[in-house]
Amino acid sequence: MKKIIAAAVVAAASFGLVTAASAGTLDNVKAKGQVVCGANPGTAGFGVPDQKGNWTGLDVDYCRAIAAAIFNDPTKVKFVPLSSKDRFTALASGEVDVLIRNSTWTMSRETTLGVIWAGVNFFDGQGFMVNKKLNVKSAKELAGATICVQQGTTTELNLADFFRSNKMEYKVVTLGTSEEALKAFDTGRCDAYTTDRSGLAADRLSMSKPDDNVILPEIISKEPLGPLVRQGDDQWLNLVKWVHFALLTAEEDGITSKNVDEKLKSDDPEIKRVLGTEGKFGESLGLSNAWVVQIIKGVGNYEEIFERNVGPNTPIQLARASNALWSKGGLQYAPPIR
Amino acid sequence: MTTSAEVHFVRSQFSEPSPPPMRTSGIVHWLRENLFSSVLNSVVTLLIVFGLYKIIPGLVDTLIINAVWVANDSKACVADVVGHPVGVCWGFVAAHWDYFVFGQYPETMRWRPELFFALEVIGLAWLLVQRIPRKDLGMIYFFIVFPIVSYCLLSGSETLGLPIVQTHYWGGFLVSIVIGTVGIVISVPLGIILALGRRSHMPVARSSSVVVIEFIRGVPLITVLFMANVMFPLFVPEGWRPDSLLRVLVGVALFFSAYMAETVRGGLQAIPRGQYEAAQALGLGYWQMMIKIILPQALKIVIPGIVNNFIGLLKDTTLVAIVNIFDFLKVIEASLNDPVWRTSGMPFAGYLFAAIVYFILCYGMARYSMSVERRLATDNRH
Repeated sequence: MKKIIAAAVVAAASFGLVTAASAGTLDNVKAKGQVVCGANPGTAGFGVPDQKGNWTGLDVDYCRAIAAAIFNDPTKVKFVPLSSKDRFTALASGEVDVLIRNSTWTMSRETTLGVIWAGVNFFDGQGFMVNKKLNVKSAKELAGATICVQQGTTTELNLADFFRSNKMEYKVVTLGTSEEALKAFDTGRCDAYTTDRSGLAADRLSMSKPDDNVILPEIISKEPLGPLVRQGDDQWLNLVKWVHFALLTAEEDGITSKNVDEKLKSDDPEIKRVLGTEGKFGESLGLSNAWVVQIIKGVGNYEEIFERNVGPNTPIQLARASNALWSKGGLQYAPPIR
Repeated sequence: MTTSAEVHFVRSQFSEPSPPPMRTSGIVHWLRENLFSSVLNSVVTLLIVFGLYKIIPGLVDTLIINAVWVANDSKACVADVVGHPVGVCWGFVAAHWDYFVFGQYPETMRWRPELFFALEVIGLAWLLVQRIPRKDLGMIYFFIVFPIVSYCLLSGSETLGLPIVQTHYWGGFLVSIVIGTVGIVISVPLGIILALGRRSHMPVARSSSVVVIEFIRGVPLITVLFMANVMFPLFVPEGWRPDSLLRVLVGVALFFSAYMAETVRGGLQAIPRGQYEAAQALGLGYWQMMIKIILPQALKIVIPGIVNNFIGLLKDTTLVAIVNIFDFLKVIEASLNDPVWRTSGMPFAGYLFAAIVYFILCYGMARYSMSVERRLATDNRH
């Protein structure tokens, strides 16, 4: 199926059907009056409907940030939930304008699928969860353990790499879906369960006794997740990229949804540039110069988005760790707005 | 001399009828006849009673007594938090009720899908309840008026002053019912036309019907859905693409029309040749013959098959989740990922609720078709 779809994407692209659609995405978006955003159909903390059915999550808020930057209205988004199979096809065919759906940035995806990443909004990586009873403090102590993993994913390959490079023996129990793998771990068939750390935190909640389990500190793979767009429309790529950077810059400068009006009166030249009271940075993106003000009033800065959806005060309880700003020991770094 | 008449004794009153032997009536008889008629039967009966005795109290406990009916988040349904065993977390369903029924349909405009449900119930009752007169008007209402009114109502219409609600806001039970209804409303007439076409003597009508039926029947529904929602957009430029729900509706309707056509054709083939000849001898044209003589008999024969198709259709609407239409089952599944509600017991509550709803709908249809069959079983009994 994947091959057929990929072939169809390439075929359609070579006939010029796809590229015709992607010329001037920003103009299309403005004409439609909404951003069509490829979203996650249900991953806790990143894209999930709340009790009322409103989409919530880190990725969802990124879609809203883009809408706020363009329309000054974070609700002007059409969410198209996509499964992991058809997400790239949907982007390539122009069904969605931007894909923000826990998609790992890899070389092969960027070189063969006609898509391009605009940044990394969440640095993820594969981790382990074990029962507290095992008294294991580090993944390096897992020699000889039985490990539950979902079949046919990069997770399975990373697991093999990790144990081979550390010269440890292990037994693996592979299961069809992540739910089955988690169930097997929950019922004691395995000593440990492995998947991406953002997934581990959410999966822990659906265990019969969540508090009896801990997530080990090691991260054994790189899974940079971020928004991506079609290749060939640099204006749109720039827009998505700089919305991400604006969210980071706002956090760095201490601009939040609560104090943004005060900050507008600030004399700090950096803040003046960011908020558009000086310079014409918004216009150069095809937006209004108050674009950052619109984003921050709409969804808040990166820190607010993170804390609201996956932070320590949410059930998911993820620490900032690698997603902290570069100035606080993390990896999130935005080039200057100037 | 005495006559024989004088020695006759004629009883002037009936004697009281003696009661039937204990063994042939009453509950004891029924039990003996049905449950304890042999040693093997008795053993099986006892085993089943024992099984029920073991299962039912636990079931009542889980489903009703220990069940949590009101909850604000998953904590109310975790045994360690509330301090006593917890059964099914119906609070999860109650809290998400609006979302499960309407999806993300804007809250201030929920009266529109509500009115749609009411109109649908009226249409169904009109057609299905025997006592309501004017079935001809009922047909016109359900197959022509109702679809048009529903479209304006759900999707919105600027001229009528109803704001447009884009289909990506639709979800849950609403979408399942829309897909099921559209499937039924289109597949019945289209299926009949395809079936007639396939039995026609006109080469173009016959071959095109055969091609359509065999092509669609030759692929699984999932393929049709993938084609509609993943492949189709690749082949047409932006701006030429119909709405994704509409594409799915067309796919589902065509798919079930092909199945309906074959079911109806079964009925047509069961009608004896003499019926056709008699109709022609009366001077009836093709359509008169079909509408007045053949179809009423043929459709009666295939009611079980048609209802079977309806039930299959209703359950197959869940497949649209694969192409990311948020139908009833999919909204439940998506809600289970909400971190506020995520615990180990929640999937049971969600899926059990879905199972109950689908069972009620499908079983209702099956019972109705049985009663129709009984009512129409006027002849052809051999």
